[in-house]
Amino acid sequence: MLRFLARRLALTIPVLLGVATLVFALIHLIPGDPAQAMLGETAAEEDVAALRARLGLDRPLIEQYGGFLRRAARGDLGTSLRTSEPVTQAIVDRLPATLELAAAAMLVAIGASVPLGIVAAVRRGTIVDHAATTLALTGISIPNFWLGPLLAIVFAVELGWLPVSGRGTLAHLVLPAISLGAALAAILARMTRASLLEELREPYVQAARARGASRARAVLRHAFRNSLIPVVTLVGLQFGAVLTGAVITETIFAWPGIGRLLIQSIGFRDYPMVQGCILFIAVTYVGMNLLTDLVYGVLDPRIRYD
Amino acid sequence: MARVGAAVVFVAVLAAILGPWLAPFEPSTQELALRLEGPNGAHWFGLDELGRDVFARVLLGARISLLVSFVVVGVSATIGIAMGSVAGYFGGRIDEAISRLIDILLAFPGLLLAIALVAVLGPSLTNVVLALSLIGWVGYARLVRGQVLRARELEFVQAARALGATTSRILRRHIIPTTLPAVTVQATLGMGGAILAEAALSFLGLGVQPPTPSWGTMLNYGRGHLLDAPHLTIFPGLAIAILVLGFNFLGDGLRDALDPATRSRT
Repeated sequence: MLRFLARRLALTIPVLLGVATLVFALIHLIPGDPAQAMLGETAAEEDVAALRARLGLDRPLIEQYGGFLRRAARGDLGTSLRTSEPVTQAIVDRLPATLELAAAAMLVAIGASVPLGIVAAVRRGTIVDHAATTLALTGISIPNFWLGPLLAIVFAVELGWLPVSGRGTLAHLVLPAISLGAALAAILARMTRASLLEELREPYVQAARARGASRARAVLRHAFRNSLIPVVTLVGLQFGAVLTGAVITETIFAWPGIGRLLIQSIGFRDYPMVQGCILFIAVTYVGMNLLTDLVYGVLDPRIRYD
Repeated sequence: MARVGAAVVFVAVLAAILGPWLAPFEPSTQELALRLEGPNGAHWFGLDELGRDVFARVLLGARISLLVSFVVVGVSATIGIAMGSVAGYFGGRIDEAISRLIDILLAFPGLLLAIALVAVLGPSLTNVVLALSLIGWVGYARLVRGQVLRARELEFVQAARALGATTSRILRRHIIPTTLPAVTVQATLGMGGAILAEAALSFLGLGVQPPTPSWGTMLNYGRGHLLDAPHLTIFPGLAIAILVLGFNFLGDGLRDALDPATRSRT
């Protein structure tokens, strides 16, 4: 297990370095002079030169790169051009909102998808299965930037049951969580169904039935528990999709998280903040994938020998 | 379901081609007196904030969506097939380098990297295509690499090599064709993904810029009129959902047809 852990960790280091390099390169992909682009075409030459010096853009590229990596490793992501606030602090301040939304979306997704997947697998080939499968495929096809406003029209505007935007009470969380969790629910339902169907074919399920276990017990206590391994893995791997989806959902519902901060910063050309948000989300994503792999290794010992 | 998907895609392509002849109004003609009016007999999907016919704009939006997705999928698949076959066939350091690049790009949630690229390159249709293609090829390369690793050991490939066929000929004539069924499935599902990604970027204001009608841009403007003109949100979103569902049905059907092994699993 230790060897597996060490090998998996060693594989993550070049990926993290690559991610940091790409994020560093972003600012240099800006057409023309990045400092001029940040301040606008009409900015005075001395202001542009001052910003260039402040961001270190006047130093050799390799020096800029080394400095960026050193500071990022210490958790220093620079300073916002708009608010002069440290980027790391701004991200940390908004992290609870994003985590709250992501966790709620995952709860919604798991709560909706697992029963749907089980019913579809147990009633395979029936109209219930077809309906569940079509519902799942529809869920994948409906973009959250449409579902969100639709939910707002029905439940906030027409019925007046829930607030249309903002954060504060549990009621504020409902529409963003459903909007963000729907696509994940659809993907998980398909995986639950496929995974459970595999398990239901295994001899141990038939053996349990032969020993007198009821159909429900054979499905839930035996097959379902084993079918959970790929489902749990998928939940972990989809965390990145949830974080990206949160960028859109937070924008729709004025949810004060990292995603909204990113989009606002793009609008203000606050590139240090953009870089910081992108790096933070990507590193979190890599971390979640690593954690998922490790959990998978614990759940299924066969994976360690691959 | 695959037939339903194929029919939806066919109708969408027809609508995109024949849009200007099908639409009863010009997509840019303004009737300011009727701005934000809801659906009626003359304007089936209502009018937008500048008094333009939403139905005509949704039809024209189909062109943008399909054009972007065809180009993105075409470019991504071409680069992905080239990189994947080179990595899989030659192995060694080339494979190592390409695989590490794939790992790094896969370390980003796809749309996030697209947002980042468009944020620095500037919002435009060309930059959306560029950003989505730069990310899109990775999935194809990984798929093709796996297929090529298997195919290069097959007897007919060994025979071609023994007969003195050049590497380029072996790849083009013998190996790459074996990867095409899987690539076709991925490309069909990728069309839906590209439509969603373009619409998401346009929705965030990072994609197609006004006055060009894109479904995502239309949704973005609709957001400001949820209370007084919900039709601005409903129709473009419905168009996206139906077309993406069509591609997903078609892709699922193709996967079942081309890879019978998955039919029993899903």
